[in-house]
Amino acid sequence: MAELKPADRMKIKRHPMPNQDEHVRRGNFDEVALGYAPETAREEAERCIQCKDPKCVQGCPVGVLIPQFIKALREGDMVQAVEWMKVKNNLPAICGRVCPQESQCEGNCILGKKGDPVAIGRLERYVGDFELAHRTCPLAKAPKTGKRIAVVGSGPAGLTCAVDLGREGHDVTIFESLHGPGGVLIYGIPEFRLPKGVVHNEVNYAVECLGIQIKTDHVIGRSYTLDELLAEYDAVFLGTGAGLPSFMRIPGINLNGVMSANEFLTRVNLMKAYQFPDYDTPVKLGRKVAVIGAGNVAMDAARCSLRLRALAAQKNAGEQGEVHIVYRRSKDEVPARHEEVEHAEEEGVIFDFLTSPIEILGDEKHHVRSLRCVRMELGEPDASGRRKPLERKGSEFDMDIDTVIMALGTNPNPIVFVDADGLERTKYGTAVAEHETGRTKKRRVWAGGDVVTGAATVISAMGAGKRAAADIHAFVKGESSWD
Amino acid sequence: MYAIVKKEVLTDVTKLMVIEAPHVARSARAGQFVIVRIDEYGERIPLTIADYDRAAGTITIIFQELGKSTKQLGKLTPGDTLASFAGPLGHPTEIGNYGTVVCMGGGVGIAPIYPITRALKEAGNRVISIIGARTKNLLFWEDRMMSVSDSLIVCTDDGSHGRACLVTEPLKELLEDKNNRVAKVWAIGPASMMKFVTLTTKPHAVPTIVSLNTIMIDGTGMCGGCRVLLEEGARFVCVDGPEFDGHKVDWDSLLSRLSFYKDEEREAVEYYEHKCRIDGETMKGRK
Ligand SMILES: Cc1cc2nc3c(=O)[nH]c(=O)nc-3n(C[C@H](O)[C@H](O)[C@H](O)COP(=O)(O)OP(=O)(O)OC[C@H]3O[C@@H](n4cnc5c(N)ncnc54)[C@H](O)[C@@H]3O)c2cc1C
Ligand SMILES: Cc1cc2nc3c(=O)[nH]c(=O)nc-3n(C[C@H](O)[C@H](O)[C@H](O)COP(=O)(O)OP(=O)(O)OC[C@H]3O[C@@H](n4cnc5c(N)ncnc54)[C@H](O)[C@@H]3O)c2cc1C
Ligand code: SF4
Ligand code: SF4
Ligand code: FES
Repeated sequence: MAELKPADRMKIKRHPMPNQDEHVRRGNFDEVALGYAPETAREEAERCIQCKDPKCVQGCPVGVLIPQFIKALREGDMVQAVEWMKVKNNLPAICGRVCPQESQCEGNCILGKKGDPVAIGRLERYVGDFELAHRTCPLAKAPKTGKRIAVVGSGPAGLTCAVDLGREGHDVTIFESLHGPGGVLIYGIPEFRLPKGVVHNEVNYAVECLGIQIKTDHVIGRSYTLDELLAEYDAVFLGTGAGLPSFMRIPGINLNGVMSANEFLTRVNLMKAYQFPDYDTPVKLGRKVAVIGAGNVAMDAARCSLRLRALAAQKNAGEQGEVHIVYRRSKDEVPARHEEVEHAEEEGVIFDFLTSPIEILGDEKHHVRSLRCVRMELGEPDASGRRKPLERKGSEFDMDIDTVIMALGTNPNPIVFVDADGLERTKYGTAVAEHETGRTKKRRVWAGGDVVTGAATVISAMGAGKRAAADIHAFVKGESSWD
Repeated sequence: MYAIVKKEVLTDVTKLMVIEAPHVARSARAGQFVIVRIDEYGERIPLTIADYDRAAGTITIIFQELGKSTKQLGKLTPGDTLASFAGPLGHPTEIGNYGTVVCMGGGVGIAPIYPITRALKEAGNRVISIIGARTKNLLFWEDRMMSVSDSLIVCTDDGSHGRACLVTEPLKELLEDKNNRVAKVWAIGPASMMKFVTLTTKPHAVPTIVSLNTIMIDGTGMCGGCRVLLEEGARFVCVDGPEFDGHKVDWDSLLSRLSFYKDEEREAVEYYEHKCRIDGETMKGRK
C-alpha cells in the first residue's frame, strides 16, 4: 500500500473483532474473540497516524512502544513488531486480551478525540499470538550470577519479575500455593476470555529457557515463612495478589447457594467444574442466578453462570434460567471492561442497575429462596468522584433468585504475612512498598501487584514485577544498597 | 508428584498412608491439615495431618472412604503418586496443662484426636478419652489411644464392642460426676457428633474445642467456601481454624452446608464406579 496521509488514515474505520456468534458461544467455554486475520491487522495498523508525542503510550501503565510496534506490523515486519513489544511487555498475548484498553492506551489515543481510537489491544494480541506461534524472540539468559531469588506467587507480578531476573542469570525459584502457576490468569479469568493454553505456553517457555523452578503446593507463611526464605535466598519478591474474598454484611450470607465469585470461578476455571464429572469438582447453580457487583470479576461470574446454565439445559433438556447482574450504581459507573459488558449483554445477562441487596432469604432447608433488594438513586459525587448511591425509601422488593454470587472485591490473603516481622502493612492489609522499586519496609523483601495496590489490573501487576526485578538485580549485584 | 511410601488398612473403609512431602513435614504440627489432589482431574480434598516425620520428610494421613475421591485414594498403593499435596494448613492445636481433659474421637476422627491426646498427656494433663464408631469394624487404634490416656471409654452405636451408646453418654456422666472437674474437652468426628458433644458440655460451661470439616477448595483463604458462622460472624475454617470453640458454632448452618453437594457427590461415585467397571482390573485410574 502506498504511504497514506494522516487524513486518509483517519478515514479508515476501526475494524471490529470477529467474535464467536453469541447464540453459539453461550453454550461453550471456547474463546469469544477470535482475533484479527493478518490483513485486518495490517489495515487496522494503517489507522495509526504515528504521533510525534504519542498520547497512547502515556495511557499504558508500562509504556509499551505503541507507534513503533504498529509501524513494524503494518510494514509486515512481524519479527520487529514482536521485538518492539517485548521491550516493555513480556506477555502481549495476555495483555492484548485483558487490559482495560478504553481507560488506558486506547482511551488516550488521539483518534479517539473525534472518532474511534486505534484498536491497540487487538493489534497487541495479534503480535502476541504471532510470537506464541513462531517464537521469534528467544528468551536469552545471561551467564549465571550465583544469586538466588525467591518469588512468592505466580500471577502476572511474580511471573514477570521471575522472567526478568532469570534473564539476568539469577537462580530464580517461584513458590506457589495452588497446584498450577498463573494466579488469577488461571483460577479467575475464564477460558473463553483468556485460553489457559496461552498462559501455560508462556509459563513453560520461561521455565524451559531460563531454568526458573516453580514449586507448586508451597504455601508461604506455612510451608516456609518469609524469614525462612530470607535465610536461604538473596532477595524475596512477594506477588501474592489479593485473593481474600469479601462478603456483604447482610443477613443470609451463609445459606446454601451463596458463594464468593472466587469460589465459583475457582471451581469453574481452575478445577474445570464445567467438565464435571470428567473432572471431579462440581459446581452447583440454581435456575436464577444473581451476581452482585459489576467489575470484571462480576462479568466473568455472570458469563460463566450463563454457560453452565446452557450446558445443563442441553444435558437435561431443561430451561436456561436467568442470570442477573445486580449493581447499586448506574450503567455509567460500571467498572468492568467495556467489551465484557457488551459481550455479557449480547449473551443475555440481565442487568439490574441502581439495585442493592439488603437480605438473602432462605427456605426451611437453608437454601437461597430470594434476594431482597432496595432501589437506589445517585446523589452527589463521593471521595472517589463517583456519584454516591442512596437508598430510595420504601422501595424494597424481592427478586426470585436461588443462587447468589458475591463479586465485591478482594483483599490481600494474609497467610504470607505470618511470621514476617517488620513487613509493614496498611489498614487494608496491603503491603507497604515503594512504587518505583517495590521495596517494602523489610530488608531484602520486595512486593508488587495486587498485594500492594489491592485488586487492580494484570498490566499494572506486570509493571510492578518489572520495576522490582530491575531493583532486585541492582541490589544483588551490589549496585545499590538497601539503606 | 508426591510418592506414597506406605499403606495400612485400618478398617474396611479406613486407610492410612505415609506420603513423601518434605515441604509439609518440615513445619507440620498436630491439628493442621493438608490439601490433596490425586491426579489431573482430581478435586482438592482436605485431610488432617495424623502424624509426621521431619527426618524422613513424610506425612501420615488417615482417611475414610466416603465418596469418589477417598474411594479412589483408597485404591492407590505404595509406588503410586499424588498430583498435589499442599500444606501444612490451618492453625496447630494449642496445648497446655489444664488439669483433667476429655479427648473424644468419632469414626475416622480417632486418627486426628490421637496426636492431640498424646500431646495433652505429655503436657501433664489427666486425660480421659472416649472413642466411638457405628460398629466394631469401624474402630481402630484402641491400643494407641489407651497408651496415651489415663482411662479410655469405647462405644459403638450397635453395641458390637464396648458400651452400646453414643459417645455423648459417657461424656455426660463424666461431667455430672463432681469428682472429675473436667477443664476442657476436645472432640473430632462427624459434624453431628461434634454438635451433640457441644450441646452436652454447654450446660456445664466446659470449654469444648472442635475441628470443623467443611467443604474446602483452595484451603488458603481464597474462596470462602469453607466459611462457618460463629457467634461473632463468619470465619474461614481453613485460615481461622480448623479448631474452634464449639459453643460458638452455628451447627445447623454447618450441617446444611456440608450436604449442599450431595447429589453431585453421588453422581461422581456412580460415574467413577461405572468407569472402573469399564476399565476392569485397575480401579485406580479413570481415563
Ligand atoms: C475474575 C477476575 C477477572 C479479572 N479480569 C481482569 C481483566 O480483564 N483485566 C485486568 O487487567 N485485570 C483483571 N483482573 C485483575 C487481575 O487479574 C489482577 O489484578 C492480577 O492478576 C494481579 O496480579 P498479581 O500477580 O498481583 O496477583 P495474582 O494474579 O492474584 O497472583 C497471586 C498468586 O500468588 C499465590 N499466593 C498467594 N498467597 C500465597 C502464599 N502465601 N504462598 C504462595 N503463593 C501464594 C496465589 O495462589 C496466586 O497464584 C481480574 C481479576 C479477577 C479475579
Ligand atoms: C480440615 C479438614 C480435615 C479433614 N481431615 C480428614 C481426615 O483426616 N480423614 C478423613 O477421612 N476425612 C477428613 N476430612 C473430611 C474429608 O475432606 C472428606 O471426607 C473428603 O473430602 C470426602 O471426599 P470424597 O470425594 O471422598 O467424598 P464426597 O463425595 O465429597 O462426600 C461423600 C459423603 O461424605 C460427606 N462429606 C463430604 N465432605 C465431608 C466432610 N468434610 N466431612 C464429613 N463428611 C463429608 C458428604 O456429605 C457425602 O455424604 C477433613 C476435612 C477437613 C475440612
Ligand atoms: S499493555 Fe495494555 S495498556 Fe499497554 S498498550 Fe498493551 S493493551 Fe494497552
Ligand atoms: S495516539 Fe493513536 S494514532 Fe497516535 S501513535 Fe498512539 S495509537 Fe497511533
Ligand atoms: S477453603 Fe477456600 S477459603 Fe477456605
